[in-house]
Amino acid sequence: MKSKLAILMCGAALAATGVQAQDAKMADSMTIVSWGGAYQKSQINAYAEPYKEKHPEVEIVWDESSNEAVAKLRAMNEAGNITWDLVDVVAADAIRLCDEGLAMEYDPDELLAPAPDGTPASEDFGDLIVSDCYIPQIVYSTTFGYRTDMVGDTPPTNICDVFDLEKYPGKRALEKRPINNMEWALLCDGVAKGDVYDVLETEEGQARALAKLDTIKDQVIWWSSGADTPQLLADGEVVMGSTYNGRLFSLIEEQNQPVAMLWDAQVFDLDGWIIPAGLPEERLARVKDFLMFATDTQRLADQAKYISYGPARSSSAPLVGKHAELGIEMAPHMPTDPANAKNTFLYNYTWWADYRDDLDAKFQAWLAQ
Amino acid sequence: MTDATPSTQNGPMLSADGTPLKKSLQIALRRQKIRALMLIAPLLLFVLISFIAPIADMLFRSVENEIVSETLPRTVIALEDWGYDDGKAAPPGEDVYAALYVDLSEAEELKVHTRLGSRLNYETTGMSSLFRKTGRGVGRMDTDIYADQFIALDPRWEDPAAWIALMDAPGISEVLPETASAWSSWQRILVSKNDDIAEEQPEDFLYPMLFRDLVRHPADRVAAYDGPNADMLAAARAAVDGFEAVSLEEQFIDIDKDWASPEIWGTIKAFSSPYTAGYFLSSVDLKLTPAGIEEQPESQQIYMLLFGRTLFMSMVIMGSCILLGYPIAYLLSNLPLRTSNLLLILVLLPFWTSLLVRTSAWKVLLQQQGVINDILVWLGLVADGDRLVMINNQFGTIVAMTHILLPFMILPLYSVMKTIPPSYVRAAKSLGATDWTAFWRVYFPQSVPGIGAGSILVFILSIGYYITPELVGGTTGTFISNRIAYHISSSLNWGLAAALGTILLAVVLVLYWVYDRIVGIDNVSLG
Repeated sequence: MKSKLAILMCGAALAATGVQAQDAKMADSMTIVSWGGAYQKSQINAYAEPYKEKHPEVEIVWDESSNEAVAKLRAMNEAGNITWDLVDVVAADAIRLCDEGLAMEYDPDELLAPAPDGTPASEDFGDLIVSDCYIPQIVYSTTFGYRTDMVGDTPPTNICDVFDLEKYPGKRALEKRPINNMEWALLCDGVAKGDVYDVLETEEGQARALAKLDTIKDQVIWWSSGADTPQLLADGEVVMGSTYNGRLFSLIEEQNQPVAMLWDAQVFDLDGWIIPAGLPEERLARVKDFLMFATDTQRLADQAKYISYGPARSSSAPLVGKHAELGIEMAPHMPTDPANAKNTFLYNYTWWADYRDDLDAKFQAWLAQ
Repeated sequence: MTDATPSTQNGPMLSADGTPLKKSLQIALRRQKIRALMLIAPLLLFVLISFIAPIADMLFRSVENEIVSETLPRTVIALEDWGYDDGKAAPPGEDVYAALYVDLSEAEELKVHTRLGSRLNYETTGMSSLFRKTGRGVGRMDTDIYADQFIALDPRWEDPAAWIALMDAPGISEVLPETASAWSSWQRILVSKNDDIAEEQPEDFLYPMLFRDLVRHPADRVAAYDGPNADMLAAARAAVDGFEAVSLEEQFIDIDKDWASPEIWGTIKAFSSPYTAGYFLSSVDLKLTPAGIEEQPESQQIYMLLFGRTLFMSMVIMGSCILLGYPIAYLLSNLPLRTSNLLLILVLLPFWTSLLVRTSAWKVLLQQQGVINDILVWLGLVADGDRLVMINNQFGTIVAMTHILLPFMILPLYSVMKTIPPSYVRAAKSLGATDWTAFWRVYFPQSVPGIGAGSILVFILSIGYYITPELVGGTTGTFISNRIAYHISSSLNWGLAAALGTILLAVVLVLYWVYDRIVGIDNVSLG
């Protein structure tokens, strides 16, 4: 309700100032959509607050709807009334939004600032620009945490320990969707890392992955929200569980729970911005101005002070410093840190864009049986 | 008989102003009706606009499928003569690839080809990237050699003005049908970009169509054309036989070998009509394939299972609400007012608490390291090693939802029981009935309308519930609504979500009808 009122008020303010600020041609308010919680706080601290210091006239409204951003954007588009200016989504959603024509395509070198040494943005972000509409901010990973007090003297070091019920009895938490789980199952069923998607493309490969998951199905609690696994770990309901590495960081370092990270075969994924297609000129100008600032090398590095996600620019990595409150070095907690990234798995976006509908039906049918 | 006698003595009765009485009564009644309608008009409009229309629109999506014929209009027509023939058919001929080439060139410029790709990917895996990849490739095909050859022949072929004069000539669509059709695409592209047609150099995709039109026609047919730039056209007709040609089929297969696969073409053909039963078939575990309607492979059958489970669990939840709610409502209605009001507040208190809080509270209570298990272990009833699994399964869903929906059962029951005079039971007892007989034969039948109302409320609410099953349902306690929510918010397959929703609505209506036949809807009371 509050946010709706704020949007209404902004709309009114926009209408009022639109007449006066003819020459500036930038809207004075902006609605940014993000995930809420610690992640959104890190964005406010690293991007929004410094931006407001430079531009005190701008009002930024935050909407915590990234979870259902894809559906809401489509509904807004059909209604012809886009109320969002900038939306934070994961890479897979960005590809979907771009395919549906709901996100705006952009030119990285025109919209984004170059690195301090002059490297153009398109090179600085490199392969992480996985879609023509996507402006990546951070690299996060989906990985496992385990209870240090429930695994005996030999803590798990290998992803396949998740599938080993004899060595590590107890429940595990896995995400209620095929992505990542199918890949891990195949890796632990003896498929080489490079062949995983080739195998998963075949009916036999899919059956093989589900058969491997079948061996632990009775011992799995399936989560659908990122907060579930940390809670289950804290309650001692599960001995190990997958979730986003930032959630585990706050569980371990901020809440001091007896939990440790199992970085093995962590799956990298991206989070970033998309600009909704069809924004009016003034609002688009404001968004572009904000993005130029919020995605520069220093700002991306600053975000890592508040949350343990790696900046998407390669030029930001050396600038990552200490946690703003805890005062600990953040670099060893980044998923991209060499010690943590000894064995990583790359999430194949385009492959999943094709197979998601099909495999999801199979996975859900398997779950329901 | 005098003149004063009205001549209409045997006709209709007249009112004071001379109009027939019947008619004037009708007018008065109509005026009343209109006034009544005006009074409810705001509500009626509100319900129509904010409730009925959106639901109707959503339900319509379950059959709507215009995206294929709108994005690939020429391809759809060109494919009409091609048969899938159980996958043994050869890929369609060059004509279809030419139609696809123009359609995709336009779709790519308008950025709608990927949307079609996601739509068709619901039916055949791989369509999404096929369209994305082809969209990128279609502008880079070797078809630019046609433009080069035409322009080398006569530079006027590069001039927008010459094209406009040619394409505006009457009868041109008979001389150059494919070119005229491609020209209309070109116009739409320019309109979408706000560009002026007189300034933009014609796009590459026009020239292959021009080539195809000219090569196919005998020279005299082109010679019959006498509009503007007839000489340019005649010269081109004379030259095209010597032009270097490329096969569009090969060009497409070069981009992706899937374009040679009958499966891809079969899918496009099967979903080419503007309305489709595909979504409904998918929601009952069938599948519309190029070869016709087939059953989904067993590993993908899920919806019938979920529909059945949703109905079964809603019945169980309704039953447990009756069992738990009836004694409470009985107690409430028979206690002195002051006590019963206090108890009523206790019934309503959870009603005012957030749904998420209540569901999470059940998690804390029921989980393996939760309160109930801890107490059982402490009492020694359960060994620490095998604590009971009471959540993330059907049991957890039923417990949490019964608790959440209980007030919807208690309140109608209470208000009906409140109206049952206690003297009836006393009379029954004074006539010699036992306590049980007095209750079962006298009291209970009078409380049935309350049970009916409460059951309908609880059943219909639980059939569409999805937050609680999502949070505590695990794998065996999820409802069909969880899948609907997934297709709305995650997979964006709104057609399938609409079909599932329509079926759910139909099931509820059928059950309502059955209920009416068995119990009678007049026999329902909220008090």
